Amino acid sequence: MTTASETLDAFSGGTVPLKKRLRQAERRKKLLFGALILPLAVFVLLTFVVPIVSLLKHSVANPEVHDNLPDTVALLKGWKAANGAPDEATFAALARELDAAKGGPGIAAVARRLNREQAGYRSLIMKTARAVPLEAGAAARDTLIGVDERWGQTEIWQALQRAGDPVTPFYLLAAVDLTTDEHGDIAKAPAEEAVYMDVLLRTFRMALIVTALCLALGFPLAYLMVSLPTRHANLVMICVLLPFWTSVLVRVAAWIVLLQNEGLVNQLLMALGITDGPIQLLFNNIGVYIAMTHILLPFMVLPLFSVMKGISPVYLRAAVSLGCPPFKSFWKVYFPQTLPGIGAGALLVFIMSMGYYITPALLGGPKEQMISYFIAFYTNQTINWGMAAALSAVLLAATMVLYVFYARYLGPTRGNKAKSR
Amino acid sequence: MLQPYASPLERAWYYGLRGLVGLILLYLMLPILAIVPLSFNADSFLLYPMSGFSLRWYEEILTSAAWRQSMGNSLIVSPFATLLATVIGTVASIGLVRADFPGKALLTAVLISPMVVPVVIVGVAMYIFFAPLGLTGSYTGLVIAHAVLGVPFVVTTVTATLQGFDFNLVRAASSLGANPVTTFFRVTLPQVAPGVISGALFAFATSFDEVVVTLFLASPEQATLPRQMFSGIRENISPAIAAVATILILLSTLMLLTLEGLRRRNERMRGARPA
Repeated sequence: MTTASETLDAFSGGTVPLKKRLRQAERRKKLLFGALILPLAVFVLLTFVVPIVSLLKHSVANPEVHDNLPDTVALLKGWKAANGAPDEATFAALARELDAAKGGPGIAAVARRLNREQAGYRSLIMKTARAVPLEAGAAARDTLIGVDERWGQTEIWQALQRAGDPVTPFYLLAAVDLTTDEHGDIAKAPAEEAVYMDVLLRTFRMALIVTALCLALGFPLAYLMVSLPTRHANLVMICVLLPFWTSVLVRVAAWIVLLQNEGLVNQLLMALGITDGPIQLLFNNIGVYIAMTHILLPFMVLPLFSVMKGISPVYLRAAVSLGCPPFKSFWKVYFPQTLPGIGAGALLVFIMSMGYYITPALLGGPKEQMISYFIAFYTNQTINWGMAAALSAVLLAATMVLYVFYARYLGPTRGNKAKSR
Repeated sequence: MLQPYASPLERAWYYGLRGLVGLILLYLMLPILAIVPLSFNADSFLLYPMSGFSLRWYEEILTSAAWRQSMGNSLIVSPFATLLATVIGTVASIGLVRADFPGKALLTAVLISPMVVPVVIVGVAMYIFFAPLGLTGSYTGLVIAHAVLGVPFVVTTVTATLQGFDFNLVRAASSLGANPVTTFFRVTLPQVAPGVISGALFAFATSFDEVVVTLFLASPEQATLPRQMFSGIRENISPAIAAVATILILLSTLMLLTLEGLRRRNERMRGARPA
């Protein structure tokens, strides 16, 4: 029998061997197929990747002082606090640039930014701005210190130096409850500002509880589904898929109806004598857990089901026939084989619940909001894009780490297959 | 199956598991089953027992300007977003399955990433990026945003379908003289159509249900149905919401049935026995 390459050699006439011509044709074809990906790649790049990257840039952007007082910042670059207040040229540049910024929106931005570096800076900037421009020939240094003696202190200039950097770790540090002290070292943020670690931990805790609830409900459901005859299993599958395909807002609305004080759930609880009066089930954690578990349960059931379908019941029967008690055989023989499904489902549910916004926003109380709420809050309400971007960076990092782990060890194909059902 | 000679413990386990799963299924279906009848309630409370039967809430959503506008917006934005996502997603999937180059896995991961990145982050990023371009408060911006979110579903379903497609058919067609475009429309597309249609359905459902990004990008004139529901739920939840919900439940049932049909067809065509 001749091999493929021998056959090819036999056909090669001309100067260019056929093998080489074929390889070229193959390469051309691959390039063509590559070109098919191009429209999507460009689309996703321009409308998704670039916006996300520029959002993340906002988390370190620090343009206020750098853009409005460029010369002052440049002159301060070589200045050391140990040498006392800066030289005459720096004072002159500051006076000139404050005068130039006066009247525009720049001065307010500078004042606000510097005030965050050191309390009282806002009034200092505004007071100085009123005193400039300097009289011709006047010494800038003496005049400014005359306006406010704080200009003679090195701390004021150090704060300006720090705030003049075009990038700042401020927002990212704040997102994990850290800050920089007057020496530029990383320190714990003051207690009244240190709220984000709590938010982050709460987000993790809520995601963990939802994942645990989904697993507790999803495991028996998937387990029974694989052991039922096809007809019944299909019926159960419809009960899983119909809510999965129903709009999240429809389900949230339905849960509000069910969980309200006079709702069916409370009526049932009272009829059964479990409580005497209605229990508060809405606008606190209970409602969020019930609805989020409901929304995410299919994402747990589907991977579990596809893994369990591949487990042969023979092993369990063999273990029992060898005298192992039923529960022990289940635990030692069946359960370990479901671990890939548990891992995939749990990680998927955890990742998704971390980023949830709508359900907690509509069903949760004001005190139990997750990190997404604060991202939306800083974007829409206080227009603090730096803080919104920094919290986004933290959430994105957590999501990506978990997702890479999921894709590498638990197989994205498994998750996708389950999703595409 | 429960054997007639099963021990009491086995019986307890058999019925216990079924009882438990029955409760879980009730939990899954109850919200959907409970909200539908309330949309026909005669009075304006979302409470059982109902006081009487009426179609007034359907009349209200069909005549109210806000609901009609939001339905209209949804019917503009979702089809365009679906079309965009399906066309470029399908074309790219063919490339992804057939081309081979370094970094393909990474590129695929990037193309799928809109499915993974928390949607709040997507909303904020697009808001900050689109605002200076004049794309916030515009239908174009909304269509683009919804298409990006739908694309990963198209790519994953179409790629999965293409993996079972025999590319020898394409080779046969071109050896018989068909040009690539003809081959695509006459040979490849009919074969992978179930995958493309399910991908499109996923993209449509994603867009039709999308509210977070819409909250950031849309001005009141572009409020979609979910956006209108969001404010309806937040401000004053009434049986009108239940009526909209019922229509949406009907729609999702229809999509589920279509998908199930497509899945079976796809399995039949692969020679596998339908499940």
